[in-house]
Amino acid sequence: MHRYANPTLFGRIIDRVRGPATLAGLALIAVGLYLGLFVAPPDYQQGESFRIMYVHVPAAWMSMFAYAGLAVSSAVYLIWRHGVADVAAKAIAPAGAAFTAIALVSGALWGQPMWGTWWVWDARLTSVLLLFFLYLGYMVLRDAFDSPERGARAAGILAVVGVVNLPIIKFSVDWWNTLHQPATISKLDAPSIHPSMLWPLLLMALGFTLLFVGIVCLRARAELLERRARTIEMQAALGGE
Amino acid sequence: MSDPMAPGPSGATPGLGRTLLAVLRRDLARTAGRSGDVVAVLAFFVVAATLFPLGVGPGPQVLSRIASGVVWASALLAVLLSLDRLFDTDRNDGALEALALAPAPLALVVVAKVVAHWLTTGLPLIVAAPVVAIMLQIDSAVLGTLMLSLAVGTPALSLIGAIGAALTLGARRGAALMPLLLLPLYVPVLIFGVGAVEAAANGLPTGPHLMLLGAGSVLALALAPLAAAAGLRAALD
Repeated sequence: MHRYANPTLFGRIIDRVRGPATLAGLALIAVGLYLGLFVAPPDYQQGESFRIMYVHVPAAWMSMFAYAGLAVSSAVYLIWRHGVADVAAKAIAPAGAAFTAIALVSGALWGQPMWGTWWVWDARLTSVLLLFFLYLGYMVLRDAFDSPERGARAAGILAVVGVVNLPIIKFSVDWWNTLHQPATISKLDAPSIHPSMLWPLLLMALGFTLLFVGIVCLRARAELLERRARTIEMQAALGGE
Repeated sequence: MSDPMAPGPSGATPGLGRTLLAVLRRDLARTAGRSGDVVAVLAFFVVAATLFPLGVGPGPQVLSRIASGVVWASALLAVLLSLDRLFDTDRNDGALEALALAPAPLALVVVAKVVAHWLTTGLPLIVAAPVVAIMLQIDSAVLGTLMLSLAVGTPALSLIGAIGAALTLGARRGAALMPLLLLPLYVPVLIFGVGAVEAAANGLPTGPHLMLLGAGSVLALALAPLAAAAGLRAALD
């Protein structure tokens, strides 16, 4: 049977992080939503409907951040064969896919009043849709083998290959002059957004990140327990007890 | 006929170039022995393209407007369809183990196999493309650009496809998985390929699109064999 690279220590760390991260994330999201939805002034151009930005933009950031995490964990797993890196990758994928779905749906809801359409085939939207397909492909490929390790390695390679999509998403609004607005927070010293609108956004981003960390820890804990249960089952079957 | 994979008469291991050439010749000979594979891909290409006039209506204006995209998308789907046999037969008859032990890096063996795949898939598609394009009322002035864009872009399809074929080796519903895995990686090829033809149709320079397409193929040549070889090793463990 496979010995995972110190899952005990990994388990202890995620147990320590899981609760506080989830709670702090939810609290920050609550504060951020309140400030964003009720306190921030309406946008001079977009009126009230810009407020969906407080869900849309952090979700879109998270969709890429999570993919980077997925790719890094997969690379670590492929290079050093650390089982815990694979546990992390497996835990990240559905969470990242969920944030990508939130970004796509909230973007459609924002696009309808702003552009008069739910969907346009502009570069940013299309590349994020492809990111969603990559997450789906990762999860389905992982699942498509009888041997979990074979699935983990195949999906890991796919995750690493898919990294080429990240710079395409990041720069699509700069490279192609399409309907989607260019990045607002790109200049940290003087962002083109008023502080009263910026603060809730940053709180939401931090909240989403912490919530993501909490979810990933929870899923990783479940995966570790599942693997241990499988090992015990296997030992029982082999030991004839 | 002697087995090209067997060691030479003296029992010495063949050199790198001879090994790769042997892999290439073996794959080509196998496809020549089963010409149905090539016919199936071409038939799929023509049938898929035929669906569009039936679906969107036979109006020449509409058809000539979408012809380049239809040809490119149908070619892309035909390549997807052909990928399941890239490594599958080798895996079933045990040749994959032999290839992994061959006196050549597995990534280069993948390149040799991809060249064979392109010669039996991409090349026939390029030859058949003008016929389909003319059926779709394409402006004959852009036919050359269409074929050129396919010639520059289809190697990338075969190379990236090798990754998908290697990763799904032995997977349940592997062929059904392939489109989901490869579509995100294929889309840039499609965009720049069609972009070149559209530029030609509008009297704009096609160079930038073709160069980006070529850059995609070169990038795929550099990276895809490594990823595919890693996938094959995972399948062998």
